[in-house]
Formats: sequence, C-alpha cells, structure tokens
Amino acid sequence: MGVIFDHIDLWAVALRNTLLLFFAGGGIALVLGLIVGAMRVSPVPIARGFGTVYVNLIRNTPLTLVFFAFAFGYPQLLPSPGYTVLAIWALGIYTATYVAEVVRAGVNTVPVGQAEAARAIGLTFGQVMTLVILPQAVRSVVPPMMSVFIALLKNTTVAAGFSVLELGSVRAYLSERGENALIVLLWVAVIFVVLVLILSFVQRRLENAWRIAR
Amino acid sequence: MRHTRILTGASVAAAAALLLSACSSGSPSNPGGTTGSDIDGVPWEVATNVELDGSPTFDAIKDRGKVIIGVKEDQPNLGYLDVTTNERTGFDIDIARWIAASLGYDEDDIEFKAIASANREQALVNGDIDYYVGTYSITDKRKEQIDFAGPYFVTGQGLLVRSDDDTITSEADLNADTTVCSATGSTPIQNIRENYPEVPTEEFDLYSACVEALINGDVDAVTTDQAILIGYAALYPDEVKVVGEPFTEERYGVGIAKGDDVMRAHINDLFEDGGTVWEEIFERNLGDSGAKVDQPDVDRY
Repeated sequence: MGVIFDHIDLWAVALRNTLLLFFAGGGIALVLGLIVGAMRVSPVPIARGFGTVYVNLIRNTPLTLVFFAFAFGYPQLLPSPGYTVLAIWALGIYTATYVAEVVRAGVNTVPVGQAEAARAIGLTFGQVMTLVILPQAVRSVVPPMMSVFIALLKNTTVAAGFSVLELGSVRAYLSERGENALIVLLWVAVIFVVLVLILSFVQRRLENAWRIAR
Repeated sequence: MRHTRILTGASVAAAAALLLSACSSGSPSNPGGTTGSDIDGVPWEVATNVELDGSPTFDAIKDRGKVIIGVKEDQPNLGYLDVTTNERTGFDIDIARWIAASLGYDEDDIEFKAIASANREQALVNGDIDYYVGTYSITDKRKEQIDFAGPYFVTGQGLLVRSDDDTITSEADLNADTTVCSATGSTPIQNIRENYPEVPTEEFDLYSACVEALINGDVDAVTTDQAILIGYAALYPDEVKVVGEPFTEERYGVGIAKGDDVMRAHINDLFEDGGTVWEEIFERNLGDSGAKVDQPDVDRY
C-alpha cells in the first residue's frame, strides 16, 4: 500500500486525468457517434457517404497514429489548445466510429415496419429517428455500447505517451522515485478493474431500467 | 592487474592473437595479462584469464560466453545508436566497454540492449542484463532493489534553450510563459512540477522529441541532466545551447544485480585503479563540449 499512500498526490492527479479523458472523450464519442450512426442509415446519399468514409477512415487507423495526428500534426496548423484537450479530441473522434457502428447495428434490430408506420403517419426522418427508431435501438445496444466505453477507458492510457499525466504514466514517475515498476503496474491494473466493474454495474442497471417485453 | 600502454598493448595483442589462434581449447595463454581491443584507439586493454569467484553475474557471463549490457541509445555523446551505421558511441557506452574489457570480453562478445529508464531495475532483477550503464542516478530508494558501482560521473539538472534565446539564463528565469520539456516522469520534470508549479511542462518518451520541440519553438527549454544536454548541444551547436549551472546533483553509477558484491568491488577497483583511462574516455566523447570534469571518488557503501 506504500506505493499508493507515499505518492497519493501523483495517483490523485493521474486518476483525475484518466477520468477526465474518459468522460470528456466519451461525451464527444457518444454525441458524434449518434450523429454519424444516424447519417449512415439516413435516406440522404451524401450523409451516408460521409458517414461511411469517416467510419472506415478513422476506424482503420491505429489509435496511436490518431494521437500523433492530433498531438503533433494539429499544432502545426492551428494554435494548440494543450495536450490534454488534444488527447480528449483524439479519443472522442476515434471512439465515435465504434459508437456509430454500434448505433447502426442497433437501428438494424428495429423491424423495418416500425419506420414505415412512422413515415405513414407523416413524421419526418428526424422524428422517425428520435421518436421511434432510436429509443428502441438504444435498448438493444447497451451491452455492445458499454464494451466500446470499457475499451475507451483502457485506451486513455495511450495519452501517457503524448504528454498527459494519467494512469499510464504513473509507472515512469514511480520507477524514477525508486518504486518497483511491476508493483506499480499491478496497482494500475487494480484501479482499472475497479473502474470497469463500476461500468459493468451501470450497464446492468441500464439494461434492467430499459427492459421491454419483446 | 597491470596496465600497459597502448603501444605495448598492441604488440601484446599481436602476440596473443597468434597464441590464441594456436590453442583452440581456449585455455589461458598469458595469465593475468591483457590484449588489445578490436576497436581502434581505445584507452583500455582486454583482460585475459579473469577470475571472479562468488559473482553470480560473472558466472552467467561465462556460461553465456558474452556480456549483455543495458544502455541508452538516444543520448548523443553519452549513449547513442547511430541507426545508419549501427554504431554505438558515447561516454556511457565506452565505460560499459571498459568494464567488459576488464572482465575479458571485447566488442565482438558484447550485446547491447537498450532499456528504457522505467524498466532498468526490473531488467537487472530479472537478469536480462549483466549490468546497466546509462545516466543511471544512484538513489537510496533504488538501492533497495539493485546495487550500484561507482559513481563514475557527477552532473546535475541543467537547461537547454534555443541559441537565439536570451530570456532564459538559469532556472530562476522559468515562469508561466516558458514551457519546459523532459522525458515522461523523469526526476528533472518531477523537480520542475514540484518546485516551479506555475511552469507549464511537456513530457515525451524520448529526449530527442523534446529537443525537436525546442528547435521548432513548441517549447522554450528542455531540462534534464546537464551531461545529456551537453551531448545535444554538441550535436546541434547552431540551434541550441546549455545555460546556467546545474541546480541538483546526480551521481551516475553502474547498475548491477543486488548482492553481487564481488562484481561491485571489481568495478569499483577498476574505476579507482584505472589511471588515465577515465580521462581519455571523457576526452573521446565529451571533450569537445569544453567542460572540465574530474573523475569522482567511488562510493563503497
């Protein structure tokens, strides 16, 4: 426990930044992913095309390269908002593609007759999506969506290589202070296990709350 | 152990080469003597017929038939790998070679392994490497896991700035507008975070990334041990310069497995009885920097 309590200041900052990356990046991913997912099932060819290109381009790029583009490429073009903000955008834009695919899969679980009925009573495409399709789609995508967010939580450690002090960089800090690197990594793993358990708990609660009779 | 001059060393080398080629069994030909090295112009000779009783590290080296040394490869003039020629150069590398030579192993029998700072203790504990020479500061906390021979070099935290920048002359000039860069989690960056909380910091895995950022103007200073910075200043003399005096003390030691006192005593003896070898190694690698540094006394704790 000494590894934790002797350096509690460092652990606190690292945990805070990890959670910041997770929630801010996750927020961007959720909003952007819903929009792009809707685009991919929309009747507008341009929107479908854009969504397809975006998903395939970003999803086929390793996260580290996305980070490189944001941390080192972006500041060459525009004034840099700081590495933490850039890391949040990199995580958000990368994870959004996975969210979009999960949303698309969820939309495909809703019987097509639902959409046809909604169109028949005169709803616009936007209304069909927000009032009829998405509420039903969201219910069936809770488990895969949570998997995406668990992956995002662990992906935050990539930011350690790009000048953000978070749980991924704790090992370098503490080994420099003479702690055993393996024990530090063990504690980092324990923290992640606890965080993922919390997410799993949230997932179960959501599943129960939104359960419907099929 | 006798230290002959290079001239006699060369003649002994020729004789030894003949003798060694003559006896295929590899039995010692000139007990307690030395032979020249494969590399030209080095100030040390390769010892022959070395015995180190009770050193587990040396036993492992003998069984393997080669020495595995942990080093750095991104620190010009200290521990550097030229990726185009695949040649390793630098003060730390030469110290490592000197120790290997004192154990009876020449360049062909050395395997260098680049080990990142955060993995050094683990590599020694696991026995992945026989010893580590690479800007490795001696600290009490680290001594709980491993042992140190030396120190063989004393330096301190310094600052590297752009050549045309006159606003930063020492650590006192650091403020909220000067971004400082160093290796992720390294002691120098931790010092800055702790003692200059208002100074913005950036951290990358490699010093070279920091120096690049400095030359590009993304950061205003790079901080780490002055010895490393001197190496970079020698590499890019027109772009960057070292400023101020070292404001901490770092003592570089040779990391070895914990409890191998025989090996530790051997390396300490080598440093103490090395004569002018240390100066010559310094001159070869860091002489151009103009810094005048004396060999520190070893610490036999």
